[in-house]
Amino acid sequence: MALLDLDPSVVATARALAARAAEPVVSLAKAHTTVAVERATLRLAGITGADSTHRAGDVPWVNRVIDTVREQCGLEHGVVLPAFHALREHDLGSLTELAEATAAGQIQFRMPAGKDLTAARKASTSAVAKGLKSVDRNRAQRDKLVAKLGDPAQRPWIYLIVATGDIDEDVVQAQNAARAGADIIAVIRSTGQSLLDYVPEGATHHGFAGTYATQENFRIMRAALDDVSKEVGRYVRLTNYASGLCMPEIAVLAGLQRLDMMLNDSMYGILFRDINPIRTFVDQRFSRQVHARAGIIINTGEDNYLTTADAVDAAHTVTVSQLLNEHFAHEAGLPDHLLGLGHAFEINPKVPDSFRLELAHALLARELFPDAPLKWMPPTKHMTGDVFDGYLLDGFFNLAGVLTGQSILLVGMMTEAVVTPFLSDRDLALKNVRYVLNAAGSLAEDFRPAPDGLIVKRAHQVLGEAVDLLERIVDDGLLNAIADGTFGLMKRPADKGKGADGVVEKAPGYFNPASEMLEAQGV
Amino acid sequence: MSDAKRYVRPYGDTTGDGMIQTSFTLPIPFGPKADGAALQLANKMGMDPAMVVHSNPIGDDFTFFVVYGSVKHLVDLDEVKVVEREYPLLTPAEVNSVLKKVLRRKLVVVGGCIGTDAHTVGIDAILNIKGFAGEKGLEYYRELKVVNLGAQVSVPELVRSARAEKADAVLISQVVTQRDAHILNTQEMSAAFREAMGDRRPLLVAGGPRFDPLMAGELGVDRVFSRGTTPGEVASYLVHAMQAKKGVAA
Repeated sequence: MALLDLDPSVVATARALAARAAEPVVSLAKAHTTVAVERATLRLAGITGADSTHRAGDVPWVNRVIDTVREQCGLEHGVVLPAFHALREHDLGSLTELAEATAAGQIQFRMPAGKDLTAARKASTSAVAKGLKSVDRNRAQRDKLVAKLGDPAQRPWIYLIVATGDIDEDVVQAQNAARAGADIIAVIRSTGQSLLDYVPEGATHHGFAGTYATQENFRIMRAALDDVSKEVGRYVRLTNYASGLCMPEIAVLAGLQRLDMMLNDSMYGILFRDINPIRTFVDQRFSRQVHARAGIIINTGEDNYLTTADAVDAAHTVTVSQLLNEHFAHEAGLPDHLLGLGHAFEINPKVPDSFRLELAHALLARELFPDAPLKWMPPTKHMTGDVFDGYLLDGFFNLAGVLTGQSILLVGMMTEAVVTPFLSDRDLALKNVRYVLNAAGSLAEDFRPAPDGLIVKRAHQVLGEAVDLLERIVDDGLLNAIADGTFGLMKRPADKGKGADGVVEKAPGYFNPASEMLEAQGV
Repeated sequence: MSDAKRYVRPYGDTTGDGMIQTSFTLPIPFGPKADGAALQLANKMGMDPAMVVHSNPIGDDFTFFVVYGSVKHLVDLDEVKVVEREYPLLTPAEVNSVLKKVLRRKLVVVGGCIGTDAHTVGIDAILNIKGFAGEKGLEYYRELKVVNLGAQVSVPELVRSARAEKADAVLISQVVTQRDAHILNTQEMSAAFREAMGDRRPLLVAGGPRFDPLMAGELGVDRVFSRGTTPGEVASYLVHAMQAKKGVAA
């Protein structure tokens, strides 16, 4: 039920502007490929494992193949044609064998022509189709488990983070968190993984402030959550991160291991990790197409804008980012029910009426995106180390969440910015959530902000400012706006940033069976 | 403070009562034995008498406690060693005018998070115009040229940038502390500057919530800032350090 009385024509204008702002970037994304997109494609086609004899440590086979293909014949036609041609030419049984032969220097990659080209297209298409079939099977399996075990009994779903660095410890913590009421477990990645241009292999036990995202770690955690799901009688979802330089590959691995949600923001990597803008938009589009296929809910990262800029001054940048994220997601085939658009409770508690302003912003997001499973994120910036103050603030955050009908609630920790949460911190945090849900879970029914009150006026103001900013972005171009520091105060020029050398302009004969099948799935 | 008392005890509601509260978790099932165990720990911590005012199970294998009690320890203030601020706090206008007089050019500050640390909260609070705790960041100061390299800057990249920008001061921030990453990273950084530039190295300043200002020597940097540091403090320190440097040079 609409409480803010937003003008539908203003909302429509905002969406139309977001689409116009995104348009040139989408064309750019379609015209380029990246090393990460090509690696993701080969992973769908079945390549696994790593070269453990390489002097740089375990280098995934897929990196060896892509790097060699790029060196010998370029990536502008895509990796699959030279790779599958070489496979047939050398009569090798699998892509992994091809990788081994590549590492041994036995393969000379080249672009096939004529009949060879047709054969390579056919072989690669059927290999990638097999990979996508696994993704489809996982999606069906999730649907089956949800039907059997059920979704959480309440909204918002309760989202908890574990981050020990050791996948085996994570399993213990995650299962305990699920028993204590968590509906979604997010395994935070090791600091720095976003800037690795490869995906580490195997089960890992030594992360920094988080655990490496690897296919094996995904498998271990999903299996552990399947066990605990049966025990608690509801399907416990698993979240990881498709951000950084390996977005497309991690999206594929998530699809292959039945992860349920993935952090996936259209601009986060650019702004907060200084990853090249073009690289990010190309990788983001492919990864979202894969998520759409896998039925994975994406989580966007608007909370980050509020931690670097002031949460009142920058409120409209959150709305703008949500609208852009929505457009990019729709364009990549993700429907509304898979759009976990983000926002956060980050207004300085010393600002007068801070809670009313939070309600205005949260309600605005709710009413702009009525069908999206919005992700509501807790205070971090104004958590001072005074854990008692922090606990109260988290209580108000929880209240704002239920009052404005948020869909996914990331549980705030009073020890935010102090230590990684103790077992007891997590327990207290869940107690806080349970108290608010129990005491005020249905308060939204009675909540009617005054039509000309501060909450309604503030929401209209933020939407107005968002439209103004979108107009400027359309005039200026999204890439220029990013370069000028419009979002989160970070200036990121389109030709700078990490991973820029991994972007390749597609040639007319470019072929990627994964892209073709994913494009065909439509919206 | 000079004629203040030398010995103090925690204050609950009466001078000298020594009252504190603490909370912790033990890996044992909830029950009377768990409460007894918590009491024993509190006693061993010096709380006597101690009261376990609350306990509750966390799952089957853990119990959480809240304990109040009086500690027998005394604090000897004469033995407390901290780094007292060795420089006067200046307003942004004062910082600008001193720098203009002393340097006759802008003071160049290069900053970033080194190693794998991606937490730019600290460095951004100090450098971004937005600032921290109501104070504007260093970018706001007219006589400072700020180059914020952002997150996950490698040490060679930092040294290269500091050289290219002719940095007077390099500010690094470290938030992640697992496996002492903040200490090792900072030592690697200071060693690299010493090796690359010797005595001509810029002023090295490290900041982060888990740093102790007493660690400057161990880390090989000129100054360490800890939790709660504001941009104004850093700017004032930079002015102080530049004046000291100029004084030696002159």
